[in-house]
Amino acid sequence: MGSRRLPARSTRIGSAEPMSATTAARRVAFGPSLGRSAVVIGIGVGMLLAVAVASMLAGTSRIGVGDAVGIVVHRVTGFGPVTWSPAAETIVWELRLPRVVAGMVVGAGLATAGAVFQALLRNPLADPYLIGPAAGASLGAVIALLLPVATVGLLGIGLVQVLAFAGGLLAVIVVLAIARGHAGTPVVTLLLAGYAISSLLSAGVALLIFNSGERLGAVISWLLGSLAGASWPRVGFAAPLIVITFSLLLLRWRSLNALLLGESQAAHVGIDVEREKRILVGLAALSTSAGVAISGTIGFVGLVVPHLVRLAIGPDHRLLLPASMLFGAGLLGLADLGARLAGGIPVGVVTALIGAPFFLWLLRRSVVGTRSSR
Amino acid sequence: MKGNAIDLRGVSAAYGSGRGQRRVLEAIDLEVGRGEMVGLLGANGSGKTTLLGVMAGTIRPTAGRVELFGRPMQAWSRKEVARSVAVLPQSLELPAGFRVSEVVAMGRTPHAASWFGWEAADHRAVADALRDADAESLADRPVSELSGGERQRVLVALALAQEPSVLLLDEPTTHLDVAHAAWLLTSVSRLRQARGITVVMVLHDLVLASMWTPRVVILHAGGIVADGAPDDALRPEVVQRAYGVSVETVVTEEGRRVVVPHVPAGTGVGRGP
Repeated sequence: MGSRRLPARSTRIGSAEPMSATTAARRVAFGPSLGRSAVVIGIGVGMLLAVAVASMLAGTSRIGVGDAVGIVVHRVTGFGPVTWSPAAETIVWELRLPRVVAGMVVGAGLATAGAVFQALLRNPLADPYLIGPAAGASLGAVIALLLPVATVGLLGIGLVQVLAFAGGLLAVIVVLAIARGHAGTPVVTLLLAGYAISSLLSAGVALLIFNSGERLGAVISWLLGSLAGASWPRVGFAAPLIVITFSLLLLRWRSLNALLLGESQAAHVGIDVEREKRILVGLAALSTSAGVAISGTIGFVGLVVPHLVRLAIGPDHRLLLPASMLFGAGLLGLADLGARLAGGIPVGVVTALIGAPFFLWLLRRSVVGTRSSR
Repeated sequence: MKGNAIDLRGVSAAYGSGRGQRRVLEAIDLEVGRGEMVGLLGANGSGKTTLLGVMAGTIRPTAGRVELFGRPMQAWSRKEVARSVAVLPQSLELPAGFRVSEVVAMGRTPHAASWFGWEAADHRAVADALRDADAESLADRPVSELSGGERQRVLVALALAQEPSVLLLDEPTTHLDVAHAAWLLTSVSRLRQARGITVVMVLHDLVLASMWTPRVVILHAGGIVADGAPDDALRPEVVQRAYGVSVETVVTEEGRRVVVPHVPAGTGVGRGP
């Protein structure tokens, strides 16, 4: 605690001077400046482009920058001379590009949801998986993988993706329903209900794993989180959901900022807290479930990215949400590139290997920081 | 808008439900006129903060009627209430990472007119709020670096940014030293005059209440035991009943009567020779 000093103008106490006469109204600056926002967004977009280009080039088949960019331009616009082999086009357009885009979409969804959960729980170390979407999605996906019927895809979306998405959403809906009491939905109850439901669903997953027989490999690979099966239809399934939920969340930036004051003061500045909590949890769960459905459970992106971005640019959600989205996309794209170059290990392993120690470092830092500031 | 600023008729409130229900307010009748400044007194647990919550519309009474400017509270949306009523809470952890002006701007939330930006009216209101709360010099400071007195000024500015007609303060002087407490009460009194704000504040310090609030309402066990000018309401027998402590009345040089706790004999605390 610093020394108690008198306010600078305490001498005014008792004087008859009218308060309004002290200064002329001036414009007070608040919120992220346009210039700073442009720099942050610019760096994010630059990172996305760099990762996308690197991902198209990296791999066993050598494809030049010119060809890679030419293929994408040709495919998107239909223009440009064809100077590459059909095999190169298949590799870039059907394999590498959908995979990196899928990684970016999932990373964007997880990081956005993470930023929202961290605001809702007023805890910078919160994670979108806390209230059940990962466990629900896992159970859905594992059920689909173990069904005796051949998993017929509809428009390239498999039963696995559909059941994973539905499972994730359903788990969150159940958690919300359980945690809701007559006096609203306390955040602690939400967390505890999420923990219990996640445990229950994970037990279901474990039981299925135990009986999975020869499909064990597919199950484990999904649970570890992998983008190896990425395809345009899967991107087409998750991307619109994640883009729409992101836009709706960004429009709620005032609520998210006000919630940082705590629920009761948020109510005093005009936020219908219970309604807002349900909307925010619902949107974040949608974003998470859509991501998890096409990638499996990839850990730590939703936790570390928004936390890091907040450390770098501050907690104002007008900038925090877009920046988390961009850097989540960039980082997961980068992690998947690493996973691919490291011999095709699941990207979830990479994010956990990097994310867990990093998380511990943050945790340690916050503990030490608290001690020294008291 | 017509009617009193706040009208409570037969208001009861309770926490919990069913058998575990704890009744906090019992059939409270209270009118607060526009531009009044009322001190809400009473022992810990007498229902003061709950009563403030009822006035702020965040605690729904179990019985009775609450009207804000002649309109039933149920008819107001949360946003509408926040445009008229601002609350200075007992304690508030300001979110780390923001500058003071950014936190004060959160008071503009109920007035927000556009999806993304702030209007000229918002900038003006924030500047006025910072000025009136004597917090202009703090505008660019990170909120995590404020002292106790500075934090309280920021909270006042946050409330003023809402441009409220009613200001509810919950123990605004509790963590302040005597100079800061005097500054805060003087500021609130001035704002009441300059902006025509109706003020209701929970106070613990009977001396500050009798010096600064023209009207005090004393709660005891969820009911009102006295309501009036401090000289009339803060009689020793009322204070004794409300707080369970014997008091004596002291007259200041300016002729104001204030009550102070009576020191029992045999405590070794004696008057000097």
